[in-house]
Amino acid sequence: MTVLCLIETDAGGGAADASMRAMTVARGLARSADEDLAAAWFGPAEAVSPGELVAAGVTRAWAIGSAELPGYAPLAWARALAGLAADPSADPSADPSAGPLGAFGWLSAVVAAATDHGNEVLAHLGAITGLPMAANCVSASRTSAGECRLVRQRWAGSLLEDAVLEAPVALLTVAADAVPADAVQAGGEAAAGGEAAGGEAAGGEAAGGEAAGGVAAGGEAAISVAAYQPELADGDLAVLAAESADRRSGVSLASARVVIGGGRGVGGPEGFAVLEELAGLLGAAVGVSRVVTSQGWRPHKQQVGQTGTKITPELYLACGISGAIQHMAGCQGAKTIVAINTDAGAPIVTKADYAVIGDLHEVLPALVEAIRARRP
Amino acid sequence: MEICVCVKRVPMVGGAIMVTPDGLEVDTTMSGFTVSPHEECAVEEAVQITERLGGSVTVLTLGPPEAAGQLRDMLALGASRGILLQTDDTEWGPIATADAIADAVGGGDVAYDLLLFGNEAADTGGYQVPVRVAHSLALPCVTGIKGLEVVADGDWPERIVASREYRGTEEVFDLPLPAVVSVKEGINLPRYPSLPGRLRAKRATIETIEPSWRPNGLRKERLRVPEGAGKKAQVLGTGTEAVPALVGLLDELGVLS
Ligand SMILES: Cc1cc2nc3c(=O)[nH]c(=O)nc-3n(C[C@H](O)[C@H](O)[C@H](O)COP(=O)(O)OP(=O)(O)OC[C@H]3O[C@@H](n4cnc5c(N)ncnc54)[C@H](O)[C@@H]3O)c2cc1C
Ligand SMILES: Nc1ncnc2c1ncn2[C@@H]1O[C@H](COP(=O)(O)O)[C@@H](O)[C@H]1O
Repeated sequence: MTVLCLIETDAGGGAADASMRAMTVARGLARSADEDLAAAWFGPAEAVSPGELVAAGVTRAWAIGSAELPGYAPLAWARALAGLAADPSADPSADPSAGPLGAFGWLSAVVAAATDHGNEVLAHLGAITGLPMAANCVSASRTSAGECRLVRQRWAGSLLEDAVLEAPVALLTVAADAVPADAVQAGGEAAAGGEAAGGEAAGGEAAGGEAAGGVAAGGEAAISVAAYQPELADGDLAVLAAESADRRSGVSLASARVVIGGGRGVGGPEGFAVLEELAGLLGAAVGVSRVVTSQGWRPHKQQVGQTGTKITPELYLACGISGAIQHMAGCQGAKTIVAINTDAGAPIVTKADYAVIGDLHEVLPALVEAIRARRP
Repeated sequence: MEICVCVKRVPMVGGAIMVTPDGLEVDTTMSGFTVSPHEECAVEEAVQITERLGGSVTVLTLGPPEAAGQLRDMLALGASRGILLQTDDTEWGPIATADAIADAVGGGDVAYDLLLFGNEAADTGGYQVPVRVAHSLALPCVTGIKGLEVVADGDWPERIVASREYRGTEEVFDLPLPAVVSVKEGINLPRYPSLPGRLRAKRATIETIEPSWRPNGLRKERLRVPEGAGKKAQVLGTGTEAVPALVGLLDELGVLS
């Protein structure tokens, strides 16, 4: 049996970081039942380096593509994966007389990153096959044929759910931000908060394993990438993404090294001037709470949280923010959280690493002045 | 244009989330209930579309009898019809939920031009009900949408152009109607309910259907709060007196250079 991991590729080539983190969970699942690990992506065979695949423990790979499939099409992608799963040439041991679901025989799981694309494609695959799908998993292991034990996020990670998935093929997406990057490097188990992924993934395959997106040092290309041409019906391409130009501008919130956060305590749109000033000094992005966006003080693209952006900065300075779980779900990936709040009893004071108890409109101007004074 | 929006009743959790002693539910003894911001935006989007192009908005939920309260909240925003797919307290998985919704909106003969959803439910985060509904009804579907435009041929709504940002680029989808679309917060800024809206919502009759449950394949065993939650911050000081310590910390973190 085989666990198949869907890889999304970066525009400049190479596997997306989120996909290689999903691969960590896929590998844990495969190891837990002594199964093979395979990978598939949409696009040319060269899009992912063989060294990277070998380092990740992948033993079989497919590049999926056809002239009819010019880009991202959720239903077509799912149909292609279902087609690959049912393709007898993908599995030499397949019984061609088996029905369509029987031909899924060589696959025990399909795993993808819990991105917009990953979730969407696996939901379609679930709907096509009638199989259940579990989104935002942080670990998975097989307990028997047809049964997996998994841990998944609820409330965007504010709660964890221990669950059992009963299905002939497990369809999983992985909450990539909750699977540590160093687990990829070490080739170790997918773990979050000490969750064992099951199996002995931390073992020998770590050799030569590099960070997601890297190429294994001296990784022999001991893997051949097969081309798979899906058979698509007209309707499969009814929904097709047309991509427009790159929209990025300024410091992106999701990847900023420092984020200055403002909540209701900022008091109004004018109150953000001092946050902007501090952000300018530190090369930081401004992030806000939902109260701020729903009041119309700031655009939603600056919202941090469950229904906003997830951030992963070195420093998150949260000013006038109470620390509701839905806000914290978006900033738990920050290395250090510092809160400035007038209320020593605010929930954020039990969630941040450091706190200043005080009025942000006094503390921030003084902070700006002190930082300026240090600079020549 | 006839639009149906699906919303889900969820606990309104604030500073802390707690699990019931049996480990199976979120403790709601101290909380009210709400719907996901994504779904509130879906209702706002539907109301705005019908304000421009005519037609009406139906809101639908699958949940316990009390979920009628969330339907009324949405009626107050400008929806005109509420449908409750009434369940007991058992948790419905995404497959059962999608089947019940697909049945309720018309089986093979969909009475709506557009079915709107949130991108994911706030509590369970399944990321799949809209897609499953679309498959049951053989309708085109796209998820996670942040921009929506209806293209009409005269009075006849023909297509929608839906967009979202994905990894720094904008993806644009062109779908024939009827279609299924799930949206994310940020697509619009929902209005506050008006007083007349609230009064109308209070008086509205909610249509009730009792769908039948089916198992899902994903079995919840236990909910728990992740480790590490609930540490105590080190207080650097009070007011401007804390600034030197704060500068020292920022320096130590290497973010001042
Ligand atoms: C399903 C769902 C999803 C949600 N998604 C998100 C999300 O993505 N992001 C998000 O942020 N929220 C989200 N929320 C809302 C969330 O529950 C909170 O309502 C929100 O985060 C509160 O914002 P706040 O901290 O700015 O405001 P408040 O909770 O009102 O807190 C304001 C804080 O400012 C402090 N303060 C006041 N004046 C000052 C001052 N002068 N100086 C210093 N401190 C001061 C107060 O002591 C208080 O702690 C969601 C809610 C739900 C139900
Ligand atoms: N119980 C429910 N009642 C009505 N709509 C629902 C329900 N559960 C999910 N939905 C809809 O489907 C979307 C995605 O939910 P999910 O796939 O469960 O994450 C939600 O944002 C709602 O719009």
